[in-house]
Amino acid sequence: MTSAGRQRIALLVAVVLLCAAPYVAYPIFLMKVMCFALFACAFNLLLGYAGLLSFGHAMFFGVAGYASAHAAKVWGLTPELSIGFGVLVAAALGAVVGRLAIRLAGIYFAMITLAFAQMIYFYCLQTPFTGGENGIQAVPRGKLLGLISLADNYSLYYFVLAVTLGGIAVTYRAVHSPFGEVLAAIRENEPRAVSLGYHTDHHKLIAFVLSAALSGLAGGTKAIVFQLASLTDVQWPTSGEVVLMTLVGGIGTITGPLVGATLVVMSEDLLASLGGWISVIQGFFFVLCVLLFRRGIVGSLAHWWPRRSSPPSSSS
Amino acid sequence: MSSVVLSQLLLGLINGSFYALLSLGLALIFGLMKIVNFAHGALYMLGALLAWLMLEKLGLGYGWALLLSPLVIGGLSALVEIGLIRRLRHLDPLYGLLLTFGLALLIQALAVMKYGTSGQPYPVPKFLVGADNLGFMILPRYRMWVITASIVVCLAVWAVIEKTRLGSTLRAAAENPRLLEAFGVSVPRLVTATYAFGGALAAFAGVLAAPMQQVRPLMGVDIIIVVFAVVTVGGLGSIGGSIITGFALGIAEGFT
Repeated sequence: MTSAGRQRIALLVAVVLLCAAPYVAYPIFLMKVMCFALFACAFNLLLGYAGLLSFGHAMFFGVAGYASAHAAKVWGLTPELSIGFGVLVAAALGAVVGRLAIRLAGIYFAMITLAFAQMIYFYCLQTPFTGGENGIQAVPRGKLLGLISLADNYSLYYFVLAVTLGGIAVTYRAVHSPFGEVLAAIRENEPRAVSLGYHTDHHKLIAFVLSAALSGLAGGTKAIVFQLASLTDVQWPTSGEVVLMTLVGGIGTITGPLVGATLVVMSEDLLASLGGWISVIQGFFFVLCVLLFRRGIVGSLAHWWPRRSSPPSSSS
Repeated sequence: MSSVVLSQLLLGLINGSFYALLSLGLALIFGLMKIVNFAHGALYMLGALLAWLMLEKLGLGYGWALLLSPLVIGGLSALVEIGLIRRLRHLDPLYGLLLTFGLALLIQALAVMKYGTSGQPYPVPKFLVGADNLGFMILPRYRMWVITASIVVCLAVWAVIEKTRLGSTLRAAAENPRLLEAFGVSVPRLVTATYAFGGALAAFAGVLAAPMQQVRPLMGVDIIIVVFAVVTVGGLGSIGGSIITGFALGIAEGFT
């Protein structure tokens, strides 16, 4: 069997399992995992494929959450329109921040995105419509397309599943397209890409906006699922968390961030009784991954088992 | 009018003292290692925590803390550099940033587990209690001491970097480490010493901060992001730039 055929079967099995999952596990928890998986996937589009480490991705995740919650609660929009509005806001923010940030690279890029994220955080803390410390609470889940009520956890689950798979499919398409090849070329050697005639800034900006929009998709969906948009999602520990998820799973792989997000969210859930020790464990794994497992789980598997998984990525 | 301006200026200088000390260490470390030390806030917190522990457990006062805490934290930083950061020397500096970020999370979380998130009061040392009337405002003597100590330390470090042979070696290592090694200077040792010194500066700032605010495990988190802004504005790795920007931002905060 060809590796493409094997991949297709694996995908089919995964979708079937995901469809059956809410009858085994708690749907809200699964939806949380999916939102963070999509977020990590969007973040990895920038870090893994364009080689840009953003240390402020929480701004897109959190702001889209606020925008979607506001649209759903105050304007009474349907959930898909609310989330769409969140995506638009995140993309617009990404266009503004991206235009300035992509002029820099490496450490400077990380610092400037962190600075922007802090600005956005303080804006969200001060501005009245976000509700400050309280956030926007009791966001209605509404009716999908005005027809199907999402109040039931199971119907909401399949909606979130569709959104997540859609977002991941977009990422997959972007990465496995000529555009994705150019991104990889920029990551590996930007001057050479420029000398080949590519407008690298243009490509990087598109990748940045796409990543912001997909992070917004994740954030908006999360706000609808939990019926809450809060400061936590826009604060810098969230930016750090998404880096951890991507790092644990494997930078520069499609499935890595999904695995990483699942593990991180699951560990937070399972170890909730340990209280503050979660942060200790997370910090420890962060250090461990950077020192010893820079390829992450999926990256290491792909490296040791090259023929059975997707082609190994070169994590620099 | 002018007395109001002057008092705002002095208040700003107090915040600026901490920004300048912390960003100075960050700039030194970045200049040589090209790593943004996310663990800097954690080292600052450890410095203050150590001062408090010395007072509580050993009965060692402020003067001893000011001396010993930077030494201990400097030693700890040296171990961190030798044991962990050095392994990433040949990789993209972003991994160094990620490593120190993880370390910051780890140190912070351990401190919270041990001491909780609430603060521990640290008394102002006896010989600095009281306030002086400067004519335009009444300034607590301890704050005057903080400003003086910070300015003296910053100027001393700046002078060492710019005017001495050691400083020119450091600048050479930042410029072209391989060439410097060819001249027989041990650059790795220089890197360890720089990271240790940056950590010691952070701990020194932590001890200075202890009597002004409570000693809290999360005190480093609040200040470090501001300090990142300072070093970025001051030009990453620029010593003079970070000192001036640190004080300038403090003063700007004082007036707003």
